[in-house]
Amino acid sequence: MVETGPGQPTFTPDEMMTVTAARGLRNGQVCFVGIGLPSEAANLARLSHAPDVVLIYESGTIGTRPEILPLSIGDGELAEKAELVVSVPEIFSYWLQGGRIDVGFLSAAQIDRYGNLNSTVIGAYDNPDVRLPGAGGAPEIASSAGEVIVMLRQNPRSFVDAVDFVTSVGFGRHGEGRSGNVGAGPSLVITDLGVLRPDPVTHELTLVSVHPGVTVEQAVVATGWELSVRKPLEVGQPPSTAELATLRGLKARTSEAHARTGA
Amino acid sequence: MAEIVSLADAIDDLLPDGATVAMEGFTHLIPFAAGHEVIRQQKKELTLARMTPDVIYDQMIGMGCARGLIFSWGGNPGVGSLHRLRDAVENGHPRPLELEEHSHAGMAARYAAGASGLPFGVLRGYAGTDLLAHTTVARISCPFTGEELAAVPALTPDVTVIHAQQADRHGNVGMWGITGVQREAVLAARSSIVTVEEIVDELTATGPNHVVLPTWTVTAVAHVPRGSHPSYSMGFTTRDNAFYTDWDTISRDRDTFSDWMREFVVGTPDHAAYLDLIASRARG
Repeated sequence: MVETGPGQPTFTPDEMMTVTAARGLRNGQVCFVGIGLPSEAANLARLSHAPDVVLIYESGTIGTRPEILPLSIGDGELAEKAELVVSVPEIFSYWLQGGRIDVGFLSAAQIDRYGNLNSTVIGAYDNPDVRLPGAGGAPEIASSAGEVIVMLRQNPRSFVDAVDFVTSVGFGRHGEGRSGNVGAGPSLVITDLGVLRPDPVTHELTLVSVHPGVTVEQAVVATGWELSVRKPLEVGQPPSTAELATLRGLKARTSEAHARTGA
Repeated sequence: MAEIVSLADAIDDLLPDGATVAMEGFTHLIPFAAGHEVIRQQKKELTLARMTPDVIYDQMIGMGCARGLIFSWGGNPGVGSLHRLRDAVENGHPRPLELEEHSHAGMAARYAAGASGLPFGVLRGYAGTDLLAHTTVARISCPFTGEELAAVPALTPDVTVIHAQQADRHGNVGMWGITGVQREAVLAARSSIVTVEEIVDELTATGPNHVVLPTWTVTAVAHVPRGSHPSYSMGFTTRDNAFYTDWDTISRDRDTFSDWMREFVVGTPDHAAYLDLIASRARG
């Protein structure tokens, strides 16, 4: 638990990450949501400062307002609470490729200094140490969404100098840019330690803020490349009592609902 | 016109060894009962296609039914890895598995091209990714604007298998909720098998995104209530999330997996017996 002062609520690093990521989403934006951490943050945004955010999942559910977090991308909750449900070819062609998505919200197993994401393999492709699930919708979300918010925990295994496989393009292996991709790419990378943004000229991810209680040294040690740090470095605003209550309520409802069903 | 037959007969007649088979479903309406029947009939040398191979493909791969996998995301949704798939890819157990890997958008375009009778699909994708070097995709230029785009070959399975909520007595199929790429996968295939929750006099549209496959687009329909367990059929069953969590433990170890398959799938004569066994174990 992180403490920020007398009378202030305490919170975990993961809660700080989720609240910070939720704040990255503005009211009224159309957001294509990845499952897991992004889904939690996007729904926290919808239940707090961004009630009119439009959440779209790759299962074809558009404008969905789930009361509990989906365990999988195709949970019934997402379809029941959606404004409309469309087929998977349609969600990728008319809605994503058609340019209707403001923000893509993604996670990954690895990220490199130019914001490229890997969710395919650890090790060599033909003889992997770890076979990860694969691309899913991420490559085209990263390519076509107006901008991309990335959320993942920061450690030397996930923040690597070069990703083992470019599943989804940030700014290219050498920061050369995004040729062939329409969207602007990663704008914000939120971790359990702080926030990074790409440098406008070099495209290199730069630490722009740390969370309360986190030191620059912690972020540097958790990063597999020589981390650039913006000066002055900001310290993130801790979660408010209301944000924490909303997030914890959402997670409690979710755990309860995902206890044994079916069979 | 679709014939209404038993699931065992449909798999026996329409799904030969060596076939390219798409058993589609996007978390919802996954044709588990049909996959189990493929395992019971010990089908071999299959090339399995699916956007989101999950537990049923993990079972078929672990039982040695497959020589290849065409896919875009292979995991246990909401839980983690598919351990039998990983064992096949990382260690060649029980046999090596040839992968052909795409993005979701690429797979969707491949099925849509197959359904459209076109040789390839076009999308704005793959640019700058390492997928380009490892899969069947080509860069092409738009003849009108010169924009560089990706072409992916049509996917035309020998047989597509799906689960739906309803069929009528003529074999018209109705489904709703999250329907993934199932319509395209059926229309792209040379033949198709649809298992359904119920057979009714007339199809009823009772949920969002109602999709109808006319009887003349389907080869065989089989009545298999709760045929998607542990996935779900909106309006009929809910997802057995605990099963997906339990599968992580069952599938992690080769022997535990084999024992489970022997008891619950190979050792049961049909899906009704499998469901009875699952229910009796849940009651403890």
